[in-house]
Parts: sequence; structure tokens; C-alpha cells
Amino acid sequence: MTTQSVADERAVRLVAFRHTINRWDVKVSPYLYISPFFILFAICGLFPLLYTGYVSLHEWSLIGGEGDFVGLENFQFVLGQPKFWDALRNTFSIFLFSSLPQVLIALVIAAVLDTNIRAKTFWRMGVLLPYIVTPVAIAIIFGVMFSDKYGVINTLLTNIGLPAIGWHSDVIPSHIAIATMVNFRWTGYQALIFLAAMQAVPRDYYEAAMIDGASRVRRFFSITIPQLRPTIIFVVVTSTIGGLQIFDEPRLYDQFGTGGADGQWRTLTMYIYNLGWIESNFGRASAVAWLLFIIIIIFAALNLIISQQISSGGSRAKK
Amino acid sequence: MSTLTQEAAAESLAQRKTPKTKTRGALVNKPGWLGYTFLAIVMVGAIYPLYWAFMIGAGDQSTITERKVIDLPGPHFFENALEVISSPTVNFWVAIGNSIIVSTIVSISVVFFSTLAGYAFSKLRFKGKSGLFYFVIATLAVPTQLAVVPLFIVMVNLKLAGTLPAVILPALVSAFGVFWMTQYLEQALPYELIEAARVDGASMFRTFWSIALPSARPAAAMLALFIFIQTWTNFFWPFIVLDKDSQTLPVALSVLSNNYFDDYSLILAGAVVSILPLLALFLVTGRQLVKGIMEGAVKG
Repeated sequence: MTTQSVADERAVRLVAFRHTINRWDVKVSPYLYISPFFILFAICGLFPLLYTGYVSLHEWSLIGGEGDFVGLENFQFVLGQPKFWDALRNTFSIFLFSSLPQVLIALVIAAVLDTNIRAKTFWRMGVLLPYIVTPVAIAIIFGVMFSDKYGVINTLLTNIGLPAIGWHSDVIPSHIAIATMVNFRWTGYQALIFLAAMQAVPRDYYEAAMIDGASRVRRFFSITIPQLRPTIIFVVVTSTIGGLQIFDEPRLYDQFGTGGADGQWRTLTMYIYNLGWIESNFGRASAVAWLLFIIIIIFAALNLIISQQISSGGSRAKK
Repeated sequence: MSTLTQEAAAESLAQRKTPKTKTRGALVNKPGWLGYTFLAIVMVGAIYPLYWAFMIGAGDQSTITERKVIDLPGPHFFENALEVISSPTVNFWVAIGNSIIVSTIVSISVVFFSTLAGYAFSKLRFKGKSGLFYFVIATLAVPTQLAVVPLFIVMVNLKLAGTLPAVILPALVSAFGVFWMTQYLEQALPYELIEAARVDGASMFRTFWSIALPSARPAAAMLALFIFIQTWTNFFWPFIVLDKDSQTLPVALSVLSNNYFDDYSLILAGAVVSILPLLALFLVTGRQLVKGIMEGAVKG
């Protein structure tokens, strides 16, 4: 009798224990599952980003480590350097030459791919091919193609009677060449994103417009573009964040990796690298990193507002 | 047997045809020769630089001075490739091995942790869920590449600078991956399945392991593919933190281009060789890659 009740009690306790475990399991598990992301982001993303601010206020060398607190001296120094302003100019110039043509061409490619073409998969895979090429390899290949002396681009130009261009020696041509590498890798990718968005547009819109007698071009601008608004904004903002940090392509545009004899194509991220790992001044490198961070945030927000306005201007006609 | 397949083929053909004529007015969307010409030009633009690199890379030192726009490739490609691969300045095989190690570990880890977090965000109830999810999305917009200086200091302090873990560790999770898996599991995994497993007495993790993980497979495969390519082509951080002995392929390639700048055929042969592994992957999985980009775009 007593043994029986003890066993019962045990069983009850076991069930209660299991119940508690289970409750904890239900409560704690979700946090456990999402914690790897947050922990690693804190260590490798958030902390370094904030710590960049701390380092930028100190004298700090690659080998010696932390030195004296110097306030805003590092910022003053880099803002007084013509190299900083040249790098800022180059970064924006390369970005403009890459982002705008890229979005426009990608939209046209997507529009053509959205038609009833034969061998769909073939074309889609074809435009995506450059995406799998490492930027380093692209930069090396295009660096030679745009070589001032033997490059195939100048050969083509002179063959049709145009003067050769100093793709490496001049400022704007070097930016165009580097932007071409970015466009080579990303245009097809963006085109597929646009294509997916286009296919989500209800076909009735087009049919209705057809009945109203709208031309193909008119349909593209009055239906497709406004419908693609969120996608275009997404692509523009992400390419802003990525594009302003450009490093690989300009770094490998020639074999020296310094951004040209006069820094014609030295970008801000290259400047950060040079300050930090060539001049071993982490304080100044961090100051430039923070400045670039602020520039990117402002510019991404600006882009968001502008592209929102442009595309909502287009959709007003529909309403 | 053959009639069966014929029937099936006819059926699939019919299935294929009906939605097309239904959803798309045939007249609206027939591309003209202009469309094909345009696509052909785009295609040439995508392939020509790679072919040109191969053409020069298969020649010798003087090929570039002939200034040919297009030509048949010369006979020296394997010779040049071999010289680059066995070059004393970089260890090409080790670099390829390192790239495989890093990309594989990162892909597996990102897929696992993203599925885990995506499962929690899409199917489990907990306090602060939507706030935390927005935080994950917000981190997508943070240019973490700019934090290289402190990240480098962290790696030096952890004694990891110059080793592969320095590249692997920061890449083990991905905000994009979490977002991607959350979106997928949201619609692909029915609550009934989870409840059934829970009623049967499966623990939370057991439920994840045997219910959520298998149903996440299609999206997980695509995510793995993207992360693999992204990690393989990554340059900036590996270039900064890795040693001469621990280079990944792009870093090794950059060193090569510094050393052979006087011989374009060797540099370009090296560049072409470096493309081959991912090109092979692309030929096998290109279809999925296209599908993945397009599916991601609709959700994003």
C-alpha cells in the first residue's frame, strides 16, 4: 500500500518535472534558435562598428596598438587631406557610372526576357553567367582589356577611326572602366530580379491598356515601371550600400593596387586600407571608415526618398 | 512504356500551353527580331571578356601585342595554366583547397542557423518576435565591411589573424539567410505538422530537426548555393586578414597579378583557371540559381 503510494507520488513528480521541462523548452527554445545570429552579429558586426568610433578618437597603430586619446584629430587630419576628397570624388563617380546604366539596362533586359521568347532558360542563364566570376578575376581581365597600350578596347576604337583613350592615365575613363566591371557582373543579376517582379504584374493591366490602344513603350512606362517601384527602390538602395564600399575592382585595375599614380581611381575603401595597413595608422583609417559610414547612410536614405518620389510620380497617372 | 511517356509528354505539353495562352495574350508578348538581337548583344557582352581572356591566356607573351580583337585560341593554355598553378609565389592548390573549406563550412553553417532562426521567426511564438525580426532586416543595410579595423583587432586578440577561422567566423550567420528562410518556412511549413509532432511528445528541437528541417530543404539548397558563391568570390576581408599560407583563391590570384605583370598571357591564364571551379558549378546548378534569384526577388 505504502510502496504503491510512493510510486504514485514519484510518477506524479516525474510528470510534473516533465511538464516544467516542457514549459521551459517552449519558452526558451525560440530565443536559443535565434541567438546564434544575434551573438555573432554582436561580436563581428555591431561591436566592431561601434569600436571603430572609439579607435577613430585615438592614436592607434597597426603594431603598437592603442595610444593616446586625441579627440577629433584623426578626423581633422583626413578631412584636410586632398587624398580623402579625391577618393570621395572617385567613389561617387564610379558609383554613378555603374548604378544608373546598370538599372536602366537591366530593366530593358528584363522587359525583353518577359516576352514570350524561345529558350527562356538559356537566355536567363546566359545573362547570369558573369555573376559567378570573382571580382578579382573580372578586374584582372578588364584591367588588361582596358590597357592603354595593348587593350582590346583601344584596338576597337582605333580600328573604327577613333582616338585611343587613356583608360588608366585619365580620371573619368578609369572610372568608366571600373564601372564597366561592376556592370558586367551585376546587370544580369539585377535583370532577373526585375524580371521576377515584372512577372508578378497582373496581365489584365496590360490587356486593358492594349484595348485602350497604348503602345508597347507606353505600357512599359505607365504600367511596368510603377508596378516595379518597390523592386527598383530595393535594387537602388542595396547597390548604393555595396557600390560606395567598392574595393576589389579598383584595387586590381592595375598591378600596383594603389589606385593609379595620382590616385585617379583610389576609392574611399582603398584609402581606408592604405591608411590602416600600409601606413599602419588605425586611428585615421577608422576616422575615414566612420565618415564613409555616415555618407552611405545619408546617401542610401536620399536615394530611397528620390526613387520613391520618381516612381510615385509615374504611378499618379494610374490613380 | 513508350505510350505512357508519350502520353505524359503530351499532357505536360498541353499543361504548358494552356496557361501561356491564358495569361499572356500571344500578340502582346511576341518578341521581334529586335528583342533577340538585343539579347544576343547582351550575351556577347557577357561571354566575350571571358573568351578574350582565354584567347590571350592561350597564347604567349607576344600575343597581346598583336592586338587582335578576336582569334582562335593559341596552343599554350595548358602550359600557361600549369606554370601559374606551379608558380612558387603562390600555392594554387592550397588556395583552391582553402576556398573549398571556407565556402563549404560557411554555407553549411549559414543554412543551419538561418533555418533554425527562420523556423523560430515564422512558426514559434515568443515575446519581442517582430521587433527582433525587424532588427535582423535592419542589419542588412549596415555596411559592416567598414568595421574592418576593429574586426582585425578582434582577430589579432583571438589569435586568429592569418588563419582561415578569421574568415569563417564572421560569416557563420547571415541576416539575408534568416530573412530568406523565415519567408520560405512561413508558407511551406503547415502548423498542423508541428502540432502533430508536439502532441506525439517530440521536444522543441526534435520537432525542428524532423519536421522543419526536411521541409526547408528546397530553400536551404538555394541559400547554400548563394552563400557558397558569395563566400568563394569574397576578397576584401580575406585579403586583409589572411597570411601567405592561408590564402583563398581570389587572394592568391591578386598576388599572381602582382608578380606576373609583364606577361599578360600568364595572368589571364591564371584568371581563367580561377573561374573554372565556379563555372563548373554554374553549369550544373545555373537553373536553380536563376530560380533562386527570381523567387527571392518576389518575396523581397
